[in-house]
Amino acid sequence: MRDKQIEDLKDYKYGFSTDIESFKAPKGLNEEVIRFISNIKKEPDWLLKWRLKAFERLKVLKEPDWQKPKYPKIDYQDLYYYSAPKSFKEKPKDLEDLDPKLLETYKKLGIPLQEQKRLNGIAVDAVFDSVSVATTFKDTLTEKGIIFCSISEAIQKHPDLVRKYLGSVIPITDHFFATLNSAVFTDGSFVYIPPNVKCPMELSTYFRINASDTGQFERTLIIADKGSYVSYLEGCTAPMRDENQLHAANVELIALDDAEIKYSTVQNWYPGDKDGKGGIYNFVTKRGLCKGKNSKISWTQVETGSAITWKYPSCILKGDNSIGEFYSIAITNNHQKADTGTKMIHLGKNTKSKIISKGISAGKSDMTYRGLVDISKNASNSTNYTQCDSLLMGNKCGAHTVPYIKNKNSNSNIAHEATTSKISEDQLHYCQQRGLNQEEAVGLIVNGFCKEVLQQLPMEFAVEAQKLVGISLEGSVG
Amino acid sequence: MEQKLKTDFDKFISNSNFSNQEIKLKKEALDNFLKNGFPSRKLENWKFSDINQIIQKNIGELAFYNNYNIENGINDDIFIKEIEHNKIVIVNGKVERFSFEHEESDKVNLTTLDNINQNLNDYNSLLSLNNSFSNKIHNILVKKNYSFKKPLIIYQITNEEVSKTNINFQLNFELEENSSIKIINLSDDNSEKNFINNLFNFNLDKNAILKNYKIDKKNNTNIKYDYSSITQKENSISETFIFSSGSDYIKNEVSCNLEGQYSSAFINGIHFLSKNKHHEIRTNTKHLYENTKSYQLIKSVIDDSSKSVYQGKIYVDSKAQKTDGYQLSKAVLLNEQAEFNSKPELEIYADDVKCSHGSASGSLDEDSIFYLMSRGLDQKTAKELLINGFLLDVVEKITDEEIKKLLKDMIGLN
Repeated sequence: MRDKQIEDLKDYKYGFSTDIESFKAPKGLNEEVIRFISNIKKEPDWLLKWRLKAFERLKVLKEPDWQKPKYPKIDYQDLYYYSAPKSFKEKPKDLEDLDPKLLETYKKLGIPLQEQKRLNGIAVDAVFDSVSVATTFKDTLTEKGIIFCSISEAIQKHPDLVRKYLGSVIPITDHFFATLNSAVFTDGSFVYIPPNVKCPMELSTYFRINASDTGQFERTLIIADKGSYVSYLEGCTAPMRDENQLHAANVELIALDDAEIKYSTVQNWYPGDKDGKGGIYNFVTKRGLCKGKNSKISWTQVETGSAITWKYPSCILKGDNSIGEFYSIAITNNHQKADTGTKMIHLGKNTKSKIISKGISAGKSDMTYRGLVDISKNASNSTNYTQCDSLLMGNKCGAHTVPYIKNKNSNSNIAHEATTSKISEDQLHYCQQRGLNQEEAVGLIVNGFCKEVLQQLPMEFAVEAQKLVGISLEGSVG
Repeated sequence: MEQKLKTDFDKFISNSNFSNQEIKLKKEALDNFLKNGFPSRKLENWKFSDINQIIQKNIGELAFYNNYNIENGINDDIFIKEIEHNKIVIVNGKVERFSFEHEESDKVNLTTLDNINQNLNDYNSLLSLNNSFSNKIHNILVKKNYSFKKPLIIYQITNEEVSKTNINFQLNFELEENSSIKIINLSDDNSEKNFINNLFNFNLDKNAILKNYKIDKKNNTNIKYDYSSITQKENSISETFIFSSGSDYIKNEVSCNLEGQYSSAFINGIHFLSKNKHHEIRTNTKHLYENTKSYQLIKSVIDDSSKSVYQGKIYVDSKAQKTDGYQLSKAVLLNEQAEFNSKPELEIYADDVKCSHGSASGSLDEDSIFYLMSRGLDQKTAKELLINGFLLDVVEKITDEEIKKLLKDMIGLN
């Protein structure tokens, strides 16, 4: 009986796709397509120029190749850069206006919009493919002056804010995938928290990749004005597909004086099947700028999905006394590969950063922690603490740690620790002796190993994440 | 540079008596270097120390021809008096004297190798350069069950005759089963602005023990690259100690391949830098078999506008279960302009292992200085005392008591 259950669980829980006819831009990457995207989204002229500038830059950039997980060459001309469910040409005003099939999809994902609205008090901005479906709880937020909408809407309604901050953390001249995103991004979220406002609820977005062959290029921009606070959740599941799908999102966070942003991610995209076929390429650029004094940005991520995860959520600590934090759990199983970590760039005085990274690899997977801590000449009295622990299950997987540590300031302290080990026989024995079977024992021990990070997640997410940790490792022992 | 390399190479070959086979191999090595040039920051291993740029900036145009036919005089005053020892004296890349006076002559075999270490060509272009321009490679073979009675001191001397020249040198050691040797490698530079490229190759058979101490203390403006490759069979032990302080630029690279079970490798190093120096230690330990052990401890004291770099990699093959790997690097920055970069790296493919690394950098502990000053020491003495203690930790790891004492006196740590 139990075996049967495990067998069921092993298969990707969220593997299904909805039959909604997609409305697509022509295949390929060229100026026409960019103009098409910009036109269909009724964008102002400056944004089109900005996109085209990024595209010019893209022509001279080369795809980076220093990462550990290698992947077959991506043909950028063979991808669709825009697709929207057809029924979306006319934007829905209300939840009831939504395509019932879409609502069905969310139900299977476990996020019934209506239910959540009522029970959880979370405003959900769900992205289905590239266009926002609906944004809920707007009124409560509007009352406080908080702007939480899709970036397309923000471009129409708050062009000054977007123009001021878009690309200020990830410039269009950045690396290949970030620049690609700048040229062709379709939608994403926009958050603005006015001065001295504490956002009363956790803002949340569920991303979902649906149409086949569509790379998703979201753009998220979060601005916390002076003295404000926001906690933002991002969670993802994707339907089962055979072709590899590219996902190159850009996320920019800006914290002004005394502001705090907490950004949490649970990523559970389709990892490919047991033989490593298919799965998502998750090449995301996430970067936060602590622009003002005493500001704080904290990244928390639980990465269990995707065939290849390649991302480094970073903090640029520019303001004096600013704080950057990074908490991460990355789990790879079967043929999954991950190369992830963070960058903490200390520019201001008395800046602090903390990195806690837990990597677990099982099956035939490969996991790399790669991080940079850079304390510049002027960042006096700065401190960094880094801890990366890896857990290996079986001898066909790999776990690697590649930290880069640069200290140019004699008044600053950096401490880095890393360990690699396996689940000890003693711990397993102890748990099994008390009646847990091997799978349960492993699940328990792994959850303990990850506890430091799981604690950082908001309640709603912590439960889901804990479940994910268990599911991701089913069938990897014994 | 390409033309210069080719003409200097022709000149070198015509002034030496290499066999046709050797010339062919040397030419291949040269072609390999010509193709790749000096390593630059674009290569991952050279990210923190762009030797191409450093040579350009500090030396400019290099000469590659080195006349191995001239006799260089040796001043006996430089020899260590404190302990009895065997000697190899190398002047400007040419071996001038071998003296194994304390050893049994039939237990140590001295030969020259017919072949160059071709497989190293691919490792990096500097080894190709070394292969193409180094003189005849000497091989020192220590026979089965023989332990060196006295240490071997390798005096590596450069004199005023050479300047803006590239000096390449290679030496090979074969340690047969159950043999052992203690080596002190002492640099004595009287030259200015040369690029010195050394390659030491050690093969350790079962139960062999190698203790290798490398000392670079005398201030000089040379740029150095020093590569040690150590291959170890079962139960063998290698101990490497690096004191790196004198030259303007050094990159010390130690590769250990632990191929046999219960073999172990220890690498300990000190960077003691002031003025405008730039030193790097890179260790690359490969655990290729079960039950192997490695340990690295690197400490840096960095003053003025100097720069210290430590890159350490522990690689564990999927076969190498029960590996024990430990690595620690610590740095003290004494000046606003000082810089410490490190990259402690783990690459692990086996699950039943115990591997960890740590890296810490910062200023001297204010509380400790205060403590010492409250007991009557002035600030300068207090700092010196703390630095002394900080570095002594590494020196204490030296397992040979006689050599430990000698090196302590030599370095000035007590």
